[in-house]
Amino acid sequence: MTDQVPPPNSYRSLPDERGHFGEFGGRYVAETLMPLILDLEKEYRAAKVDPAFQAEFDDLLEHYVGRPSPLYYAERLTEEVRKDAPQDKGAQIWFKRDELNHTGAHKINNCIGQILLAKRMGKTRIIAETGAGQHGVATATVAARFGLPCVIYMGARDIERQQPNVFRMKLLGAEVVPVTSGAKTLKDAMNEGLRDWVANVHDTFYIIGTAAGPHPYPELVRDFQSVIGTEARAQLLDRVGRLPDLLVAAIGGGSNAIGLFHPFLDDPDVKMLGVEAAGEGLGKRHAASLAGGNPGVLHGNKTYLLQDEDGQIAEAHSISAGLDYPGIGPEHAWLKESGRVDYSSVTDTEALDAFQLLCRTEGIIPALEPSHAISAVTRRAVDMDRDQIILANLCGRGDKDIFTVAEALGVEM
Amino acid sequence: MNRLSATFEACRTQGRATLVAFVTGGDPSPANTGDILDALVEGGADVIELGMPFTDPMADGPSIQEANLRSLGAGTTTADLFDIAGDFRERHPSIALVLMGYANPMIRRGPQWFAERCVEAGVDGVICVDIPAEEDEALGPALREQDVAMIRLATPTTNADRLPAVLDGASGFLYYVSVAGITGKQQAAQDSIEAAVARLKAQTNLPVAVGFGVRTPEQAADIARVADGVVVGSAIVELIGEHGKDAPGPVRDYIGTLSDAISTARTAKG
Repeated sequence: MTDQVPPPNSYRSLPDERGHFGEFGGRYVAETLMPLILDLEKEYRAAKVDPAFQAEFDDLLEHYVGRPSPLYYAERLTEEVRKDAPQDKGAQIWFKRDELNHTGAHKINNCIGQILLAKRMGKTRIIAETGAGQHGVATATVAARFGLPCVIYMGARDIERQQPNVFRMKLLGAEVVPVTSGAKTLKDAMNEGLRDWVANVHDTFYIIGTAAGPHPYPELVRDFQSVIGTEARAQLLDRVGRLPDLLVAAIGGGSNAIGLFHPFLDDPDVKMLGVEAAGEGLGKRHAASLAGGNPGVLHGNKTYLLQDEDGQIAEAHSISAGLDYPGIGPEHAWLKESGRVDYSSVTDTEALDAFQLLCRTEGIIPALEPSHAISAVTRRAVDMDRDQIILANLCGRGDKDIFTVAEALGVEM
Repeated sequence: MNRLSATFEACRTQGRATLVAFVTGGDPSPANTGDILDALVEGGADVIELGMPFTDPMADGPSIQEANLRSLGAGTTTADLFDIAGDFRERHPSIALVLMGYANPMIRRGPQWFAERCVEAGVDGVICVDIPAEEDEALGPALREQDVAMIRLATPTTNADRLPAVLDGASGFLYYVSVAGITGKQQAAQDSIEAAVARLKAQTNLPVAVGFGVRTPEQAADIARVADGVVVGSAIVELIGEHGKDAPGPVRDYIGTLSDAISTARTAKG
């Protein structure tokens, strides 16, 4: 924390009424979309205080998604880490098992919330962007569940490396549109989603997959994902009678991380670590916008971006398609500046090692996204006392990534 | 009176609409843009809209997206853009010139830096796609401080409640985006354009220019009958895509057909 700026009374009171988190966030959209996002904000405010909306959301999360997700003490991983730790060191590692959700990741939490908003607003067509395909699958899932037509924009390069998810989306009845502009990854898919939306504002709801985009998206995505942290907080208090010492989560746009962190932000003894994708290393191609970027405006919000000195957006790189984005949610940008949350990064190679470590020690195949968090957890745990608790979000399962991992490990399938 | 107001006023006096022509700066390369801008002027364009290329032009259709990529592929920098603008200003002291683009390249070195470069290069106004009235602070105050016009956009979704906010701080002219969509696609129905322009003009004294999807001399003339200005972009950009460095000739001829249609639009037909 910086010395000059006193901490705010609460870290949970933002965004302000204009959708700003300090200098970040906001509503940097074309005028065509402006009336629509003002509408969305009004509708979300009403939904937030509507017990019927909350009841329907909770009901679907329980009976359709399978919440609450378990809180799991990773005993064997903890032991493994302790082998390399100094005596009496090696914190307990716990996982929030959001990979056990229906569709295999945390993304569905947000999609349930947003499709209920779409229904409430009378929208009849759903669009979304997707990187790894997890958000696309989750969106296609809720669109099928609510009987709405659905178009998913996905970078052509991501389509190549995430074939199983592309097929899942098609099985669920979604139209998957390959995006061939730019780097053909998540940022380009988001551009195409915005182009579709601006041309179809009258009937279309854009389900944004991460805690970014124009206000109120960062706020509402965070709120829907906060079920992760709210559950974890109650579960840990119930199981061990105290709060964790450190929370860890991977960050692309940052929705699983903000979902875990937000309910704990005003617990001063709980430290937090967000883990960006360092790709081939911070000096080379990577996707760590906080570590290697500067504030700028893209996709409706002001936040840290990978960009050159003229403000042209750089192409991100990560082995994990879900982290392969040159920006980050604006609340993370603010939490970094405020000093409340620490951010670090993990390379492709380190994530692959952590991926295999979890497979072997716990019998859990994690997605490449949380593999970044797991790597950071093992690094931190060795320096922490044995009675300390690290709680990490296992935000997705790795079935979708086995082909990518096989290729990276040089295995012919 | 600045060049933008003077241009709209002069055209009004001549009984015709102002022709606003858009090209992406640096397409196909920074060295070619000067000749293309001259061709726009020779063809009869009254206001030049110089597009600042951006990696992520999310309000643009395929034609202008490709132009952005061609320009960036040719290595166009922000410094090149201001050089192109400054050179244009030396050759054409009285033709109004505005920059159009996205927020990030404009605010990268700070809004003051950008506004000062605009003044140095003789840029009269700025159109920023993704800074709506709600985020005016990001650029508007710095431009107004330097007397550079902040040209705002109104769209078919801009309702009566919002219009005062859009107009607050707007200057130069009001750009009516006639289609809810991206650039270069379909054109709006004439009667909807007419109604929208009337609605806007009831609320502002700024000239109203209409764009998005305008391609043919007939379409330009139809708009010229009801609006103060006609904006043409994608159709020119497509000619540049087709002809590359040989684009000035075809561009000049094409602009000429629009200019002719506009100059007689209000007298030729009721």
